[in-house]
Amino acid sequence: MTTAIELAAAIKRGERSAVSVAEEAFAAISARDGEIHAFLSLGQDHAMEAAARVDAAVAQGAPLGPLAGVPVALKDNMCTKGWETTCASKILEGWKPPYDGTVVERLHAAGAIVVGKTNLDEFAMGSSTENSAFGPTRNPHDLTKVPGGSSGGSAAAVAAGFVPLSFGSDTGGSIRLPAAYCGTVGLKPSYGFISRYGLVAFASSLDQIGPFTTTVADAALSMEVVAGYDPKDATSINEAMPDFTGALSKGVEGLKVGVCADLLDGAAPDVARRVAEAAAVLEAAGATLVEVAVPELKLGLSAYYLLAPAEASSNLARYDGVRFGLREERDDVVAMNTATRTAGFGAEVKRRIMLGTYALSAGYYDAYYGKAQKTRTLILHALDRAYESVDVLLGATTPTTAFGFGDKVADPMSMYLSDLFTIPSNLAGHPAISVPFGTGDDAMPIGVQVLAPGKRDDLCLQVAAVLEAGAPR
Amino acid sequence: MSMEGYETVIGLEVHCELKTASKLFCGCRNAFGDAPNTNVCPVCLGLPGSLPVLNRHAVELAIRIGLALNCAVKPSNFHRKNYFYPDMPKDYQISQYDEPLNEGGSLELPDGTVIGITRAHMEEDTGKSTHLGSSGRIHGAENSLIDYNRSGVPLVEIVSEPDMRSGVQARAYAAELRAILMAVGATDGRLEEGSMRIDANVSVRKPGKPFGTRCEIKNLNSLRSLQRAIEYEAQRQVNLLEAGERIAQETRHWDEAAGRTGTMRSKEEAYDYRYFPEPDLVPLVPEEDWLAEIAASMPALPKQRRQNLLDLCGADDQATKDLVATVVDRDLDPLVIEATLAGAPAALALARAANELDATAGLPSGPSFARTVALEASGTLSATQAKAVLGVLATRPTDDPEAVAKELGFEQLSDDTLLTTIAAVLEANPEEWARYRDGDDKLAQFFIGKVMAATKGKANGKAVVAELVARRG
Amino acid sequence: MSEPLLTTADVAHVAKLARLELTDEELATFTDQLSQVLEHASDIAALDLDGLGPTAHPFGLTNALREDVVTEVSMRDDILAAAPAVEDDRFKVGRILGEAP
Ligand SMILES: [Mg+2]
Ligand SMILES: [Zn+2]
Repeated sequence: MTTAIELAAAIKRGERSAVSVAEEAFAAISARDGEIHAFLSLGQDHAMEAAARVDAAVAQGAPLGPLAGVPVALKDNMCTKGWETTCASKILEGWKPPYDGTVVERLHAAGAIVVGKTNLDEFAMGSSTENSAFGPTRNPHDLTKVPGGSSGGSAAAVAAGFVPLSFGSDTGGSIRLPAAYCGTVGLKPSYGFISRYGLVAFASSLDQIGPFTTTVADAALSMEVVAGYDPKDATSINEAMPDFTGALSKGVEGLKVGVCADLLDGAAPDVARRVAEAAAVLEAAGATLVEVAVPELKLGLSAYYLLAPAEASSNLARYDGVRFGLREERDDVVAMNTATRTAGFGAEVKRRIMLGTYALSAGYYDAYYGKAQKTRTLILHALDRAYESVDVLLGATTPTTAFGFGDKVADPMSMYLSDLFTIPSNLAGHPAISVPFGTGDDAMPIGVQVLAPGKRDDLCLQVAAVLEAGAPR
Repeated sequence: MSMEGYETVIGLEVHCELKTASKLFCGCRNAFGDAPNTNVCPVCLGLPGSLPVLNRHAVELAIRIGLALNCAVKPSNFHRKNYFYPDMPKDYQISQYDEPLNEGGSLELPDGTVIGITRAHMEEDTGKSTHLGSSGRIHGAENSLIDYNRSGVPLVEIVSEPDMRSGVQARAYAAELRAILMAVGATDGRLEEGSMRIDANVSVRKPGKPFGTRCEIKNLNSLRSLQRAIEYEAQRQVNLLEAGERIAQETRHWDEAAGRTGTMRSKEEAYDYRYFPEPDLVPLVPEEDWLAEIAASMPALPKQRRQNLLDLCGADDQATKDLVATVVDRDLDPLVIEATLAGAPAALALARAANELDATAGLPSGPSFARTVALEASGTLSATQAKAVLGVLATRPTDDPEAVAKELGFEQLSDDTLLTTIAAVLEANPEEWARYRDGDDKLAQFFIGKVMAATKGKANGKAVVAELVARRG
Repeated sequence: MSEPLLTTADVAHVAKLARLELTDEELATFTDQLSQVLEHASDIAALDLDGLGPTAHPFGLTNALREDVVTEVSMRDDILAAAPAVEDDRFKVGRILGEAP
């Protein structure tokens, strides 16, 4: 697999044409996506036109964007103008947004070629991509295993070699978990680094777009392209971004790495072993290992499964059959709303809407939503304290390797537990990256996770680059 | 049955549409009367992926309202008020809940009564539905059509304390509030277009007893209906109590044509708004500098402007106060002040402004109004002539009053003609002349009328009187 | 435990608030599953966090404001084209049962 950086360079030098690169991507997709089902829709015509424009620009010696000619896939919860955006839900089937999201605009401006929209758990709610209304995605490493979720299609598209770069969204681990299961790099940036404008909301205070790549350097490059202030998103951070690419070559000499038991507790032995090896790689590269305990992190799961559904219950109210999307016609509006939502949402979405509605309802707000918000503060304080003595935290991304289809569907709580190690970064708004680090006893990929303080995405990349270099082959 | 022995208790909730160029959270035009659904975008239509960004000017107008109502202007957080309704695109309203921008103020009525202001908070308006069917009302309609042009228009909701005790007083409050809102440039105050909407909470009690059960009255489209509805409703409640019945707490609809309030059939479900902090927005913190800047930009309020005019006129009799109220209410006080500064008598300028000027018909320029009043004061123009000149100046504001007078044929009568006419009038009315000579001054008016009739209004009243006095000796 | 117990009636009420219709079977399953999540959440429900404020956003941003400028051009045709039912350039719905609250 050629990386995004290599492809962009080859196209710029005229060694490859953008059209041939795009054709190759579509050929690979048509050869193998029948069994993987990473994509919900493809945009071949537009992609080929865009690729031809890149080639024309190369021929004319016109300035090229940093991703000129690079095929990219987008999770199907990012609005693309005139291009169906479904969130893998029947309620949005066929809906074509009248606008492009900010990330999509920035990718176009950088010359990237958007080839398709990828599968996900309906409205990004899930950890396996089994909750898609249009059928699951399969793990390219083993088709009997889930790719993880909710951005399973984006992870699989990169892992299968269809595209060198894709984007997903991460609300409680939805980038890092499928990255770990599929053996790709997956970065959840600091909250507010990447605009959410055009990202269909699941839980607004936690959602964050981020890249899937085969290399840490590609993740850094994609951050250069899409990160940065957007006036259309009031929660966007209006500050200069760190030097993402510059961080790659810094090494970890002198860095204090917190090996965090609370990000390992309950992990399978093969996963725990890989994390220990990863720590050893960093130590060998000059980092100091420090054991740190942040027991508050465990409380994140409960807080998350109250806060995210609460926000979701409100964010998903607008799917009422009045203005767009599915409508189940009835004589009166209440009956129409109810029939539409009942027919349009899948079981997991209904479950979370009800959980969130309950957590916000009269009499329960303080006990649930209020408590969860304070727990968020507790976790932030705990992480702040931890970062007084270490620069980054190291742990597992997920407790296990990819599981089989149907293993956890009947028991939502066991599914929710997959997010135990990824959730704290969302609650804190901090960046975290999952880096492929060998395989487990089942020969499936394992990811190790690097957590850094808020707005220090560069530190995640810096450490990840060393782990990547030292990962078992 | 009368109201004898009962006291009416009234609190008002006034929704005021702010006069901004764009909407509260998006860059759509804020305009009344445009073709349906032309001023809508992903944000104000609540399309998936869209995000709100707060309008600075709307905040400034809201702060002006708070300052004008003597409120404490405080840091504030927007919340989501969740309920399904087809004219509300997101199925939640973004509103300030337990942390309103303006809290705890007061409004002084022209008669000196002080009404408490609980809060004045910001929120977004909804779309507007039209009900298809013979009645045009919601009940009985088979279908409704929704126009979202109004969706997202900035509102400030001003909630009073239950401090008013009569329909007349509530009307005075609403009128004074409207004058203040218009003076600070927050609204155009058009009740009939819905840019100011009033709901009244009405209850009755025996004086000194606790508050009775209140009913909320909606659909009050004019100050007159406000007063009528309150008076009707209070009487209805007294009648119920006197008949030994209980008052049901409910929302009632004012039927202007029938002159009565009626119960509004509402859904049986109790509302549970599930308020929680709007995660797509960040807290609003009015900093000292910003507040100071807004305070410095505050225009004079109606109360101050009325006092200024009274001072200018050097009078405080009720007749002058009434004229002053009219002039300030119509924003004509700058014209009166300019005329007075230019040397015209204040009382005359005030009377002419109050009785002869109407902004809807057009207004004379400041200098031409001042000059017209001065010409009348000096006796060059009669009152009738001056009024006619002002009528012309309304459509040709900057014309020279003397030229207009000439155009209208208001040339001064030659002294000879005047004297001959007066002599003829005295000869024709010997009895009245005798009484006038004996000191009955009231007859001067009689002679002026006769001379005016004979000269078709061209005579100057003062000149006539001067001649009469001279002849009486 | 002072924990409120989740009953099928609670879930039915919540479903109504959320405009969802559940079969009896779904009602039973959801009651079970939601109870499990709330049971797990008893770890935070039991915490004494009185000294802590809530966190709505991690970085404490304030006053994200835009200037009062009209930036949108009408996208009425696109928006109406995506609507389930339209009449006279307006969104059409069936009977509305009550006035807005
Ligand atoms: Mg309101
Ligand atoms: Zn708009």
